[in-house]
Amino acid sequence: MAQRRTAWTRLTTPFANIPASTATTLALAMWIAVIGGWALLSYGRVVPNMFLPTPGTVLQTAYRMSLDGSLFYHTFTSAKVVILGFIVSSVVAVPLGLWMGTYRAVQAPLEPLVNFIRYLPVTSFVPLFILWIGIGIEQRIAVIFFGTFFQQLVMISDCARSVSRDLVNASYTLGTKRSEAVWHVIFPAALPAILDTLRVTMGWAWTYLVVAELVAASSGLGYISLKAMRGFQVDVIFMAIAAIGLLGLITDTAFRILRARVAPWAA
Amino acid sequence: MGSLTMNASSQTAAGSRVVMTETIKANNPAGTTHAAGDQRSAGTTMAIEDVTLRYGDANGVLALDDVSLKVAKNEFCVIVGPSGCGKSSLLYLAAGLNDATSGSIKVDGREVIEPGPDRGMVFQSYTLFPWLTVRANIEYGPKRKGLPAEQRRQIVDQYLNEVGLAPFADHYPAQLSGGMKQRVAIARALANDPAVLLMDEPFGALDSQTRGTMQKLLLRVWERQQKTVLFVTHDIDEALVLGDRVLVMTARPGKIKAEIKVDIPRPRSMDVILEPDFIALKRRILGLLHDEIDEDH
Repeated sequence: MAQRRTAWTRLTTPFANIPASTATTLALAMWIAVIGGWALLSYGRVVPNMFLPTPGTVLQTAYRMSLDGSLFYHTFTSAKVVILGFIVSSVVAVPLGLWMGTYRAVQAPLEPLVNFIRYLPVTSFVPLFILWIGIGIEQRIAVIFFGTFFQQLVMISDCARSVSRDLVNASYTLGTKRSEAVWHVIFPAALPAILDTLRVTMGWAWTYLVVAELVAASSGLGYISLKAMRGFQVDVIFMAIAAIGLLGLITDTAFRILRARVAPWAA
Repeated sequence: MGSLTMNASSQTAAGSRVVMTETIKANNPAGTTHAAGDQRSAGTTMAIEDVTLRYGDANGVLALDDVSLKVAKNEFCVIVGPSGCGKSSLLYLAAGLNDATSGSIKVDGREVIEPGPDRGMVFQSYTLFPWLTVRANIEYGPKRKGLPAEQRRQIVDQYLNEVGLAPFADHYPAQLSGGMKQRVAIARALANDPAVLLMDEPFGALDSQTRGTMQKLLLRVWERQQKTVLFVTHDIDEALVLGDRVLVMTARPGKIKAEIKVDIPRPRSMDVILEPDFIALKRRILGLLHDEIDEDH
């Protein structure tokens, strides 16, 4: 077939596909622009290095802290908090969200309460958690849990509720009992959407990390950022931010792979 | 043949609507009708008696008004009616997926109170389980019944061949065309060996050529498997090609307006739509349906 569309037409057509190489080039160009802009501002002394470190300094700091093991130690502590908080939250939110989306009798009492709590700022509960739970890792896990659980609950309940009624009806006409429908039909039907929800809320869990480590932490990426702020070590703050972003990227990719493995039927 | 209870004695006070009950026989030599013709009218599989469906409270919309009908064993019974007449609602009631406001529905003498595997259903929307392969979809019902693996495999293979999808056994529904999905849906419903197969415009979402192919396939399967079928459609050609008997419904509130016996010999080919007998029946039904639409406007 003749190539009648010019490259420019393809790039500017809504929803049109672009070649994979073009997409990669554009993604790389974006990173080069961001890091290049950063280099320009810092090396060119447009912004004093006291506020904006050079990419080189940040890499050096990362290298130094990798050598003495502190980068790994703090990253591991943070990842443990986020992942534990996320797992505890998901383990409760998935079944409860499924019931909430499936049974009006579960939804009716829970939804108003959950929607109330959902809008409360997590930070406002930090003092309370310290009083109740103390200053151990449990307190930080509680912050991550509080930040993700109620959002997960509402979103997973929506996943369950959007399962086609006729899919459930069809299963009844094939001998599925009412009590079996949640786990035999609604759960597998909603699974791809649930995994997407978990992927998105995992990202949110990472964003609560610094809040969790704001007070009463003695290790973690959020903790070293706060400590660095007091010592004006902007390079450490930058490194910690980059490390969190990178970890987020890794968990996001892990969830994409998991979804492709667990739900290969869903495009 | 006396497998019909009409609502001529309907007690609604409206009175203005003349409820016709008629049996139109096409000029066919009786001997050429389906071999099982007499045997099929031997027993009643499904009996719907004085069913009324009103949505909401007593002032709600009346969807079905005192509908009664019987489907004989191994009969292919088709309901046609204008859109919104409640024909699909009637099927959902028969499946036990919804409760009638009054009246009763019995299958093999047992009252329908909830959905069950004795009433298989094929829906207009695609309802295959997307997380199961074609094979596992067909196997779903037999598995719920607790049949042993070897027997399940035989049943699945039989129906895969019946609908011509053996090469696609390990595909997921997302990899199938609309027509193929509905073929699997039919196979899945039949694999459960239901007493009655309820079909709610199963080919309504398909293009007209695929629809013709599907009708041919359904006829072939039905002639071989001998099933009781209650089929709902708004397509008159489809109703006459498939059915032993066509029930015409009125516009909302739905009632049964007429019964038309389709004495076109089987096995039927798709060319039957060009024959004078067929056209005479079609004209008859069109007239009945046009009255409905005119009354509405």
